Amino acid sequence: MSVKYIVMDIKDNCATALEDIEEGEEVDYNGIKFKINQPIPLGHKFAINDIKQEKFIKKYGQRIGIATENIKLGDWIHTHNIISYYLKEVLNQ
Amino acid sequence: MNEEFMGYERPNGNVGIRNKIAIIPSVICVNHIAEQIANKLDDAVAIKHPLGCGQFGPDYNNTFRTLVGLGSNPNVYGVVIVGLGCENLKSRILAKNIKRTKKPVESFDVQDIKGGSTAAIEHGLKIGNQMRGEANELKKESFDFSNLILGLECGGSDSISGISANPAVGIVSDRVVELGGTSILPEFTEWIGTEHLLIERAINENVAQKIHNTITGFIENLKGLGIDFLGVQPTPGNIEGGLSTIEEKSLGNIAKSGKSPIQGILDYSEPPKTKGLWLMLEPGLDIESMTGLAAAGAQVILMTTGRGSPCGNPIAPVIKLCGNPKTCNWMAENIDVDASRIIKGEKTIEELAEILWLKMRKTLNGQQTQAEKLGFDDLAIWRNTAAPFQYMHCK
Repeated sequence: MSVKYIVMDIKDNCATALEDIEEGEEVDYNGIKFKINQPIPLGHKFAINDIKQEKFIKKYGQRIGIATENIKLGDWIHTHNIISYYLKEVLNQ
Repeated sequence: MNEEFMGYERPNGNVGIRNKIAIIPSVICVNHIAEQIANKLDDAVAIKHPLGCGQFGPDYNNTFRTLVGLGSNPNVYGVVIVGLGCENLKSRILAKNIKRTKKPVESFDVQDIKGGSTAAIEHGLKIGNQMRGEANELKKESFDFSNLILGLECGGSDSISGISANPAVGIVSDRVVELGGTSILPEFTEWIGTEHLLIERAINENVAQKIHNTITGFIENLKGLGIDFLGVQPTPGNIEGGLSTIEEKSLGNIAKSGKSPIQGILDYSEPPKTKGLWLMLEPGLDIESMTGLAAAGAQVILMTTGRGSPCGNPIAPVIKLCGNPKTCNWMAENIDVDASRIIKGEKTIEELAEILWLKMRKTLNGQQTQAEKLGFDDLAIWRNTAAPFQYMHCK
């Protein structure tokens, strides 16, 4: 069993690192092996699917934000490539 | 599987998992008298609080509802109310309202007793001893989970709680709801950013509107006071820890409520009207929150803590769950369930939820929690007239 990351819900398109993961490290999710494209510190997220710009990032099976650019499998996901759906669309800020 | 727990049936049909005598001062001025009565009785708790006089309007109502709720909680066999005599929160009116549960309730005012505080303590002890004797005669019986109200709490959170301990609590909460029971999620300030997701779980349009009004009302109050809450969320520390958006941060918190449909929003200390998952209006201080949960009738509280917290509650046992390995080690005596096995990769969230479920059943059946063993009985009543909450109401 891999202990490097956790996926909170089957609908999710991102995983959360349970330890620091190095760039180039190989992980597998659901039998698919892929490389991690940037360093992922503990508690940070990476993509477990390709995610197109404007699509939702899902964690806990829920929308946690919108992709501001195309995100590739294994990419680090954080404030540089996603924004809050809540602030942008719900509160229009 | 036989999903039942052992408890004490109360005269109104509610089920307690403890058999306490509550000594409730109607006003702060007699806290020490209540405390000294409780200290001399077995399995008695003094509900010490700093209020009971100089209060009016919604502030009075809120304190009154909370004290009535704490006395009415089924973990309490009987109640001795100690008044001073000149306060505006009257001991006999408090007694009258708790008596609606048909449990034994007695009240007296210290100013009516010749001999001062010593005589008042003796008087209270005499009543308390009588109740204790009756309470000890009661036998436990087996009850199903429709008789349970579970409180959900988190305090001293870190970046690990939201991906380990909180979702494990969510699984247990969903299971209580599936078995016909009730669960309550307080701390509305930690729903902000997820209300559009909570609204999707509301059982009807009316409940959805209340959730919306509660959160937008609070954000408007803050704006009126010149406070930019959302401009600083998530905090720089949150971002460093990996949280990217306000909704991700709050989702970690509301993960404790699982996936169950939301029946409605309760006022602070208001008992749920039906079974199922409820939200409760409360701003997020752990002790106020757990006091409100116990006053709403919760018999047991699950509390996740990442950085560690020792606190307990005088009425409802508090089961602590911690996802952080260092805290589990450093504060072992304050933690009931070691959830750090999730991030160590030893257990899945589902497996940890099963461990928590078994621990909760043992607690329901009488096993003491760490906070109970240590005698921690923290209590605080939220004063919802204080700014910026003064215009908050969920109706």
